[in-house]
Amino acid sequence: MKDTIKKLVETWGPSGAEHRVRALIEGEIDGLADETQTDALGNLIALKKGDGSGKKVMLSAHMDEIGVIVSWVDEKGFVRINPIGGVRPLYEAMGRVAFENGTIGVIGLEKMEKPDQVPPFEKLYVDVGASSREDCPVQVGDFGSFVRPMVEIGGHLTAKAMDDRIGCAVLIQTLRELDSSPHDVYFCFSSQEEVGLRGAMTGAFGISPDVGIAIDVTGAGDTPEPQSKMATQLDNGPAIKVKDGGMLATPWVKEWMIRTAEANAIPYQLEVLAGGTTDARAIQTTQAGIPAGCLSIVTRYIHSPSETLSYSDVLNSVKLLLAMLSKPIES
Amino acid sequence: MEVAVEVVPFLKSLSESSGVSGYEQQVRDLVTEQYAALADEVRVDAMGNVIALKNGTGAAPRFRVMLAAHMDEIGLIVSMLDQGFLRFNSVGGFDQRTLMGQEVVVHARRDLPGIIGSRPPHVLSAEERNKPVPMEDLFIDVGLAQPELQEVVRVGDLITIRRPFLELRNGLVCGKAFDDRAAVVSVAVCLDMLQTLKHEWDVFAVATVQEELGVRGAITSTYGIAPDIGIAIDVGFGKQPGVSEEYSIDLDKGPALAIGPNIHPAMFSELKRVADVFEIPVQVEVAPRPTGTDARAIQVTREGIPTALLSIPLRNMHTPIEMLAVKDLVRTGHLMAQFIAALDGAFIDKLSWEEEGV
Amino acid sequence: MTLEALSNAFGPSGCEAKVRRVVIDAIADKVDELQVDHLGNVIAHQKGTQYPTFKVMVSAHMDEVGFMITHIDDNGLLHFTKVGGIDDRVLPAKVVRIGPSEMRGVISVKPVHLTDRAERNKVISYDNMAIDIGVSSKAEAERLVDRGDYAVFDVAFEDLATSSSPMAKGKAFDDRAGCAVLIELIERGPYPFDFWPVFTTMEEVGLRGAQVAAYRVMPDAAFALEGTICDDGPRDGDTSPTTAVGKGPAISPMDRSVIADRRLVRLLIETAEAEGIPYQFKQPGKGGTDAGAIHLAKTGVPSVPVSVPSRYIHSPVCMLSKEDLRNTVRLMTATLQRMTPDVLSTR
Repeated sequence: MKDTIKKLVETWGPSGAEHRVRALIEGEIDGLADETQTDALGNLIALKKGDGSGKKVMLSAHMDEIGVIVSWVDEKGFVRINPIGGVRPLYEAMGRVAFENGTIGVIGLEKMEKPDQVPPFEKLYVDVGASSREDCPVQVGDFGSFVRPMVEIGGHLTAKAMDDRIGCAVLIQTLRELDSSPHDVYFCFSSQEEVGLRGAMTGAFGISPDVGIAIDVTGAGDTPEPQSKMATQLDNGPAIKVKDGGMLATPWVKEWMIRTAEANAIPYQLEVLAGGTTDARAIQTTQAGIPAGCLSIVTRYIHSPSETLSYSDVLNSVKLLLAMLSKPIES
Repeated sequence: MEVAVEVVPFLKSLSESSGVSGYEQQVRDLVTEQYAALADEVRVDAMGNVIALKNGTGAAPRFRVMLAAHMDEIGLIVSMLDQGFLRFNSVGGFDQRTLMGQEVVVHARRDLPGIIGSRPPHVLSAEERNKPVPMEDLFIDVGLAQPELQEVVRVGDLITIRRPFLELRNGLVCGKAFDDRAAVVSVAVCLDMLQTLKHEWDVFAVATVQEELGVRGAITSTYGIAPDIGIAIDVGFGKQPGVSEEYSIDLDKGPALAIGPNIHPAMFSELKRVADVFEIPVQVEVAPRPTGTDARAIQVTREGIPTALLSIPLRNMHTPIEMLAVKDLVRTGHLMAQFIAALDGAFIDKLSWEEEGV
Repeated sequence: MTLEALSNAFGPSGCEAKVRRVVIDAIADKVDELQVDHLGNVIAHQKGTQYPTFKVMVSAHMDEVGFMITHIDDNGLLHFTKVGGIDDRVLPAKVVRIGPSEMRGVISVKPVHLTDRAERNKVISYDNMAIDIGVSSKAEAERLVDRGDYAVFDVAFEDLATSSSPMAKGKAFDDRAGCAVLIELIERGPYPFDFWPVFTTMEEVGLRGAQVAAYRVMPDAAFALEGTICDDGPRDGDTSPTTAVGKGPAISPMDRSVIADRRLVRLLIETAEAEGIPYQFKQPGKGGTDAGAIHLAKTGVPSVPVSVPSRYIHSPVCMLSKEDLRNTVRLMTATLQRMTPDVLSTR
């Protein structure tokens, strides 16, 4: 799977401009689904039909990554930016941005009044090597995403946009390996998750599934003084979400995931995330309510250029999904 | 007025039961039992909302009025097992200043009594004692060592505050989760009165879930029912020190009718009219924004629904010692019952914006 | 003149009746049907000439920011809360109109002679202010005003002939300017598609009218018209004014509530360039619009906000260029004439 993951994370695709990621995924799943469509908000939805005896299951992983949008170009050609999604200046300053037309820029930082302060967004700018507004190759409204190629460190993979290209990779691999299932499975590669779960809202409305599972990243508690005290650790298997900042997993869905993991001897951990949420939150309150849960891949340094996770966790996540889909759901 | 629903015992049983947002099973069972005795049908939807239908006497297809009171409570959840103690996050908006030294129940493989521990003041500096402890640094002690703890407690287990119901003087009662189980009881009072009051419209009485996480149960239950009008019943800020005149309502002076963009003016007017006719004391609550109640969701469901909000005056909201006047709870039920009894086909015309000069 | 009547009308979020009246009087005989829904939205329909099943919605919101009376004190002074986002610093010493009779009151201020420097350097919070309607007892005030009455700034619309480019000043250009544009668009119809002009309510308190109107209409595409942030006053650094007066209609690639559909943005730009209409991009990430609610209806609606730059919005007196307003009408009319199902056929 590493090749697929690498291609996915290194593709340019901030929220609202996912077309290149969508094209890549369309290529990867060509011939594997019974029906494929792209909806009004840019969700890519691939349906693999079951034998008719099961449920309508929606799996959702988002294609978009956090990024930036040009908000102003000054007289000297320096570019001001606005965040797309939860961008932390501390994590991105002095890194690189790629714009849609291929222009690369360096993220510079103005002098801070107090050097120890965390920089606010207004202090950032992008240096694209221009000397004036007129010769600047980007303009107001242009989208950009961060630049960082994937590498392996130990048994772990690190790159930008693991959130949530890793989820997309898991869905692609699951679709590749899914032999037969009682369920009609809708593989939804969603758009605009990072700016408010927008693709999942409209995607779920269109699919109207019986149950929805998001596949996304969650925080890790296994580093020195982690941002948030959590029980989750890399290499301990996929995390089954109990609660995050936006929702509680529907209890029977969570239990179904736990039962399946235990029955198939797949390692798993339970996850309570204080801040942050996933497509599952949007799916759960669609129409008259849809039971929803989330399979999480424990990830260090989320929303930085070096999101780091365990390859064995990824493989076990695929195993868990396949085990869940291959049998009827007994609730 | 006589009510067959035993208001104080029902409120006590709901208050003392456990039903944190997303895990309302215990309180759901109690509500379903009571509502089933007062309605024609009861069902539970995909999110766990209890939906009771009491049929009207009008010819089908009948108009529908929805009543929404939420049964979930704010609570805590185990986030980590840490050296024999439990770290936790909140479910819903907990005031973390009320947590230190609080008794709790951890709903693990079995219910475990516990304490939210605090370091003794003797070992703390003045500076440390002057700051509230962030939730991240608090812990729960259930008196078990790590090996045994691991057998019994898991990440994700829910925690409720341990607070027995108290009857104080002058008809005031005190306990946890009156927000919003007091309203659930007032809906039962309403349904009880409707056993003998004729009503043309169908009444959908909903005990919603996950209100404390963003009115999530109201979003889905309203979509499923598609009522013609909706009334949310929640609690309002009772007068107490530190709460200004502008935002508070008096205890024991009846429910407040909210007014503002979240409320349809004709719904407000009709509730006021019914209150005046039946001499039910009511107050007015100004709500300049979409309210933090189920009314917020009801109004913008599907193609839009004329909505009202009734608030039962309550002190110490979101603490384990919420306090209200039992009479206010009964008055709220009475007001809803008379409002419903008065609903006829002509009311739909009153909802048209043409009425007030469009 | 329509903008004048719209601007002067009393219409804070949740109490838009008088604006609704102006709108309905202006459009009733120019559309095929018109209804008012449960949130007070005016939903109109003008049949198309070529593509009867291709629906395009264009919205503008009727509500303005304002106040509600919360409490009448023993001195007959009215305490109030804000409806929508208003900076407390624009409140002291302003005049307001209150209630159905629109009686006047003033937001009273302690005489500066009696203040000390520390006080003068602090912002007064709105809940430490009160409105004086000229009575001296609670009882007298209660005869005139009710708890829950709405209020708005009292500002009269005026054309300003002071510059070569005609400007206008008045209250509530956010979004009566958008409403004025939309009324003009209706007058210039019909269009190739099935046209659904919608005058929404309660945008300022959470895009609420637009949410239910979009659910009902369920268009194939939507444009949201706004009177938007124009921060082009004097400044020290080389920073964005968000939009600028005189530069034409502002297209939003992204704001806090929506990422505009790229195909619609492209169509607007191509139209502007082909027709020689000036246009600008609104600084991304500032403010939210009805497009934020519309684009998430049901299975999703490709949407884009288009705005008339307006100085000093959410304060008592706004200012705009009538040339910008005219160019917004020109751009929208030409763009709508080019709206066909083909525009959305690519991804």
